[in-house]
Amino acid sequence: MTTATSHPAPDGHDDHGGHHSPHLAHHFYTMTQQVGSAKLGMWAFLATEILMFGGLFCAYAVYRALHPEVFLFGHYFLDTNLGAINTAVLLLSSFTMAWGVRAAQLGQTTLLVTLLALTFLGGVGFMGIKYVEYTSKFDHGLGPAQGIYYNVTTEYSDGNTAQVKRYLVPNSAFIIAGEGDIKYGVGEPTSDQLHQLDDALHYHEKYALKSHADEGLHKDHAKAESGKGDEHAEDHSDSQATPAFSGEADPHEHLVDQSFTPTGAMVTSAVTDTRPPEHSAMALATNGSFGLSDTFEKSGIATTSVSSAALEVGFYEPTLWDTLTEREQSLAYQFFSIYYCMTGLHGLHVLIGMGLIAWVAVRALGGAFGPEYNTPVDLVGLYWHLVDLIWIFLFPLLYLIH
Amino acid sequence: MSSINVPGITDIFGKPVSEKTASENYLTHGKGIMSWLLTLDHKRIGIMYMVTVLTFFLVGGLFAILLRTMLLSPEPLLAQAGLMGETASNNFYNQSFTLHGAVMVFLFIIPAIPAILGNFVLPLMLGAKDVAFPRLNLFSWYCYMGGSLFFLWVLGKGIINLVMLNTFGVDMVPIWGHGGLDTGWTFYTPYSTGEDTGGAVVAATAGAFILGFSSILTGLNFIASIHMLRPPGMGWFKMPLMLWALYSTSIIQILATPVLAITLLLLIAERLLGVGIFDPSLGGDPVLYQHFFWFYSHPAVYIMILPAFGVISECISVHSRKHIFGYAFIACSSMAIALLGFLVWGHHMFTSGQSALLGAIFSFITMFIAVPSAIKVFNWLATMYGGAIRLSAPMIYAMGFIWLFTIGGLTGIFLGSLETDIHLHDTYFVVAHFHYVMVGSTLFAFLAGMHHWWPKMFGRSYSEVGAQTAAWLIFIGFNITFIVQFVAGAQGMPRRYATYPDEYWIWHFLSTMGSYVLTIGLFYALGVWIHSLVKGKQVAANPWGGNSLEWHTTSPPPFENFHGTPIGTDPYNYDHWHFDPELDGYVLREEEEPAEAERTAPDRAPQPA
Repeated sequence: MTTATSHPAPDGHDDHGGHHSPHLAHHFYTMTQQVGSAKLGMWAFLATEILMFGGLFCAYAVYRALHPEVFLFGHYFLDTNLGAINTAVLLLSSFTMAWGVRAAQLGQTTLLVTLLALTFLGGVGFMGIKYVEYTSKFDHGLGPAQGIYYNVTTEYSDGNTAQVKRYLVPNSAFIIAGEGDIKYGVGEPTSDQLHQLDDALHYHEKYALKSHADEGLHKDHAKAESGKGDEHAEDHSDSQATPAFSGEADPHEHLVDQSFTPTGAMVTSAVTDTRPPEHSAMALATNGSFGLSDTFEKSGIATTSVSSAALEVGFYEPTLWDTLTEREQSLAYQFFSIYYCMTGLHGLHVLIGMGLIAWVAVRALGGAFGPEYNTPVDLVGLYWHLVDLIWIFLFPLLYLIH
Repeated sequence: MSSINVPGITDIFGKPVSEKTASENYLTHGKGIMSWLLTLDHKRIGIMYMVTVLTFFLVGGLFAILLRTMLLSPEPLLAQAGLMGETASNNFYNQSFTLHGAVMVFLFIIPAIPAILGNFVLPLMLGAKDVAFPRLNLFSWYCYMGGSLFFLWVLGKGIINLVMLNTFGVDMVPIWGHGGLDTGWTFYTPYSTGEDTGGAVVAATAGAFILGFSSILTGLNFIASIHMLRPPGMGWFKMPLMLWALYSTSIIQILATPVLAITLLLLIAERLLGVGIFDPSLGGDPVLYQHFFWFYSHPAVYIMILPAFGVISECISVHSRKHIFGYAFIACSSMAIALLGFLVWGHHMFTSGQSALLGAIFSFITMFIAVPSAIKVFNWLATMYGGAIRLSAPMIYAMGFIWLFTIGGLTGIFLGSLETDIHLHDTYFVVAHFHYVMVGSTLFAFLAGMHHWWPKMFGRSYSEVGAQTAAWLIFIGFNITFIVQFVAGAQGMPRRYATYPDEYWIWHFLSTMGSYVLTIGLFYALGVWIHSLVKGKQVAANPWGGNSLEWHTTSPPPFENFHGTPIGTDPYNYDHWHFDPELDGYVLREEEEPAEAERTAPDRAPQPA
């Protein structure tokens, strides 16, 4: 009902009927209340973190639902093994963290410091692997947001011109041309995927496929190296006269071979092409029972690389470049944009977590924690588990798309 | 007890307090600027918020007046005045309404009640010494300051650049770079991903991002405080309704603000890296931005209005000298609004091409959310019915709130209906509607709360006549300004336009005249406060006769809020307080005071959450 004026407490630190822990802040009455507040606050904060990532997961869901083929295509560029190792590393570090909280509660300082150090190392390992992954992506021209394209008009020596769009296409080992347009694809499909190729053959009638390293990828390389672009273009129109999928492929000099190391490359996609149709597109074998991989094998192309592309082409119609609207074409990089946003923000959280662990470890070295007081260890542990948990969701969503 | 008594300062029983108690309060507890900048005291942090938030309110208000003045003419006014070209004049208008909107929303309305009044009264109402995390509380203020200055710097710079270049022919860009934003406060894509605005979008969104942290951390602090710091005797349904309001607000703050944070981060990534999440030219979808934005910003509307409900519940009950009617309904409707508020964001996008089914669902939930709002209004009216209403300044503001909120709420139904919204979308009707809710309601509740707790904050009385005059000026000015905008909007005047056809002139003219009255009223209120600080008399511990725990301590409160350990009872039972004409305040009758044993809690352990 009222203030107890008979309870004079000039400094507010009067005794409330028990001894005060030195860790008890002035505005709490008991340690239970203080620890409870801290934990509640941390849980509420973790809720905000989840909602923050929730926005990204939502963006992921929207774009994956709208363009599943882009995501399926994109995920082939991620290294599942490294992702799996990272998952294991983080799970292990979560284990050492949880054990560390227990050690703090039992006052086992040496063990606590050791476990915190191990957890920190787990963070280092995770970020190290992430660094390797990111570096290789950047090296292959797979940085965020490189789906920017521009138009180039190519004039061929026979007087025909082609208005082409140039895309910076990730990691292209080959290009698929159809109806005057060009597709790309890459990856290392499993044998399962190769089997699934048979299902994709309903596309054969509709679209011409061509292994076409010369027109896009190698032409650009060659241009960059020797400046003999026109010559290649001429070459290219000649080579196109050869039906690559008819089983009598002429494995000409510019085709990709097995030793080709995939890198990011410029790929051109014809928008308008004044050349005769037989020059700009390849006829495709219409034998429905004939596996694409076989076709490519016969044409002398790196089979594994091409097959996965065919897989993409086969299962998801929009992957075919010319069936896409311009907007959808530019979406090819959406996957990487989202990949970098999600893993980047997560990586930032890992770094923050590592900083917090280091701080707690230094305090633990000074013997700050014991059965009476271990809230910071506990809270940092909660944070670290959340970081781990988010990765548990990121890994399958980004690396294990089927 | 000391035998020397200082006349003027009395305790809750109306007895003069000792010299030591009289000279020691939170305002005198430390000296010098650093004792404020490094304080962990929630009351001082509240006062620091008050000074800064009101300063930004002044900035936003000046731009509002500027906008209204420019709209006096159907043609670009600054061009007519020969100050600059037409394009520059229109750009000036666009940047000004962006600055006005962004400053008012992010720097004023969202923090006004929770950060100023909430910070000040929440621990006092809990009978606690401070919020659960005092250091985090101070950090919130620094986040607020950092974000605000960032924000103002970027937005203001652009406007100054524009004026300097076009009026005085001085190019400021080499001196301090580009700035300025004309996207409106919503940063809608593709405006914000479109043509280069010199990094202003990135800087402004980064500012808003930092401000978001301030909001999140304050909400988190309040939630932990309300869960863990309630005194003995204060169960959940014995809390003052202000605490319920702040609690539901805090839930929105911690659940919605992070979504804005990630949206703004993505917008920054979009501009810096071109990731293509929102930019259609990069394959993104601008409507996704709208979804994300309103997923935060519609709940944010309730961040603005829910604490206002709390203030009004307190004022109406205390100044009607009557127990609040329908306590549980008011408390639960706050929570209902907080939850439903997350499910209505799509009503901002009826014309953005969302599916008809989605539109219908959002429309339905929007109508539904009117129910808890109406429950509150009816309960306030029922509280006033038969009460001994005291027409003090807080009560006038509170009654003004009910009037304005009702108009704002009812016009919201027009906009929540799919069909009428197609006609009214992005017209002045919308402008008038949200000003009635956000300005009319929240500002009035804020002013009601300021006048209600002013004596507690500073221990000084203000001129009641002056405060009431200001209240009436503000009320009349506000209604003139915005009620005509409903008409203009219904006739088709689109919002955010620098120029307009002549036939809308009369509405703009009336609106501008009203805004001048409103401005005079606001400055008048400010004058009353300053006069009170300089010349105000010492007030009694409980000038209004409230029974929530903040009235159970001296005015202004001591550093750690209470001289003893308060116990929660029914905050709306005023029976034990009796008016003392000598003190011009209420005193607790000692004979009715509960026995000592009842007042001292045996167990100080926190209540179960």
